[in-house]
Amino acid sequence: MTPDLMEEGVRRVGGAEAPAPQGQTASGGRAAGFSRVAVPGEVDVTHGRILYLEDVHVSFDGFKAINGLNLDIAPGELRCIIGPNGAGKTTMMDIITGKTRPDRGTVFFGSTIDLLRHNEPQIAALGIGRKFQKPTVFEQLTVFENLELALKTHKGVASSMFFRLDSAQSDRLAEVLRTIHLAHQPARPAGELSHGQKQWLEIGMLLMQDPKLLLLDEPVAGMTDDETARTAELFLSLKGQHSLMVVEHDMSFIRTISEKVTVLCDGAVLAEGTLDEVQGDERVIEVYLGR
Amino acid sequence: MTTTTPFSSIQLPAPAPLLTRGGWSAFIVALIVVCAVAPVLNLWVPAGSPLHLSDYAVALLGKIMCYAICALAMDLIWGYTGILSLGHGLFFALGGYVMGMYLMRQIGRDGNYQSELPDFMVFLDWKELPWHWALSDSFFATLVLVVAVPGTVAFVFGYFAFRSRIKGVYFSIITQAMTYAAMLLFFRNETGFGGNNGFTDFKRILGQPIATPTMRMLLFVLTGLALLGFFLLGRWLVRSKFGRVLQAVRDAETRVMFSGYSPLPYKLTIWTISAMMCGVAGALYVPQVGIINPGEMSAANSIEIAVWAAVGGRATLIGPIVGAFIVNGAKSWLTVTAPEFWLYFLGALFIAVTLFLPNGVVGLLRRPRKAAATAVIEDATTANTASLRKEEGAAP
Repeated sequence: MTPDLMEEGVRRVGGAEAPAPQGQTASGGRAAGFSRVAVPGEVDVTHGRILYLEDVHVSFDGFKAINGLNLDIAPGELRCIIGPNGAGKTTMMDIITGKTRPDRGTVFFGSTIDLLRHNEPQIAALGIGRKFQKPTVFEQLTVFENLELALKTHKGVASSMFFRLDSAQSDRLAEVLRTIHLAHQPARPAGELSHGQKQWLEIGMLLMQDPKLLLLDEPVAGMTDDETARTAELFLSLKGQHSLMVVEHDMSFIRTISEKVTVLCDGAVLAEGTLDEVQGDERVIEVYLGR
Repeated sequence: MTTTTPFSSIQLPAPAPLLTRGGWSAFIVALIVVCAVAPVLNLWVPAGSPLHLSDYAVALLGKIMCYAICALAMDLIWGYTGILSLGHGLFFALGGYVMGMYLMRQIGRDGNYQSELPDFMVFLDWKELPWHWALSDSFFATLVLVVAVPGTVAFVFGYFAFRSRIKGVYFSIITQAMTYAAMLLFFRNETGFGGNNGFTDFKRILGQPIATPTMRMLLFVLTGLALLGFFLLGRWLVRSKFGRVLQAVRDAETRVMFSGYSPLPYKLTIWTISAMMCGVAGALYVPQVGIINPGEMSAANSIEIAVWAAVGGRATLIGPIVGAFIVNGAKSWLTVTAPEFWLYFLGALFIAVTLFLPNGVVGLLRRPRKAAATAVIEDATTANTASLRKEEGAAP
């Protein structure tokens, strides 16, 4: 019997006099020690954290790419990550998505899923979507087929052989096509798209996966000003239902979308706060302008 | 489509049919040629008539159709999945050896030594059949093993190779080493596969004499049906979402993983299917050609399969079949008229195709049509959307 059911029972039996549930925290979760049932594959965000990295270390041939990184992200948050080249931004995404194994450290998705125990496809299925720095779409397939492949569904061999889009999935696909402004050319091979459109298509593929957390590595690189503005609009509309982690160099773009910015340097967090706060930080200025 | 959804105005592309109307017509013509025209021209039209199909031609075409099955199998794994195998000759030979063992047992006491055992075993002074010949008397078991043996070898090899994420040229080299190692194994007398002579001098199949015109024609028709059947299977596979995942693995494997697909089972499935197809081709080849020996596992044979697929056109299915016919047709003609030039020709052909025809002969024929189709898409999009016009206006 779960604690919730026990409480429910007490409430029903005792009527109004039943004691209020104890030990609730501000985030709606309960204090440590009040156990909950862990549902496999379900992300537990009752502690107010969807992603949690603690003391992560990675080195490549002696070079410390990530050096004692601590970072957490709240559900529905849009977090921007900035930092000079080689600060470990992409390596951090590699660790979260299972591409790189850290030497030590803790990486949790929600409070129950240890990401270090899963590989790339499993992590994607758990609900973490990733956009690469260089747009990576399936160039020989059409826009429609790209989105269809990314669709959240069974991804085994047999179910792929006999797969057919149902009408709800078709509607979802059409909706995403419209969101990424490619509705007029679903049958076009992805390889023929412009750089900015490929970026959009990749973001669309992420949306088809319906992830809880989106990791976006330089999403507006190579986009026109118009496309950048539309991307900012899209990200702001995603905020709330999804958590987003955006790595960008384009400061005006960050100013448009950000509430909280994290500055990475030499594989660790250098500063955290609003864009104005971190831009005024002495250490950040030093890192960006040279010492 | 319901009219209540706000997105019903967007036309999503319909799933591609198994074959187009024209495709089905061509398929049925091919079926009639294989099952009716060829048998009539060979068996009933008298030998003097200009319409007569000679026994030589039947044997040659039957052989090339076996090769075409291999090329088709190679296309699935190389053209669509981007994994170049240089060891498909092994799977072909394994299917051939399974069939060869059955045919050896069918000789019975009619061999040179009039023994129950195959001649080469008597020669080696063996007194009983080795364990791995246990099922060779059963035709049904042979049919199962023809696909099961190459399939199992491919599955085990593929599992370890793909799990270790071995890719590209490294994978090709390992497959080449695999077929070479198998060749050395089969060359040895004590492994019980007839050493460097292999199996030959077959007499019967299912109790019927093997060298009659009718039996030859029957094998020819079976080979043709197998080729057409595998073509349909290939079409069905590549036009399903499974096939699109394979192409996605070829183009951007990391994206596939980050989309939630594990590439291992996909690669392993198509790799094993491909090996089984080669096994069937080998089993059809041996009774028609009348011999199987370890030479079939030589490195060059496996490379040739890749050449057929490349010449015809990768990732087209029909291309590799065309390629197998072109290259082997040229081979049988040139090795008679100018035998010393054959290898130069093959090398030149491969270089020419690589340099000038990356999509093969079929790609050459398809190019104008595809360009026209693209132009239509361009027209439609520029006419329809303000956003594209804006981009084009901003570009200069």
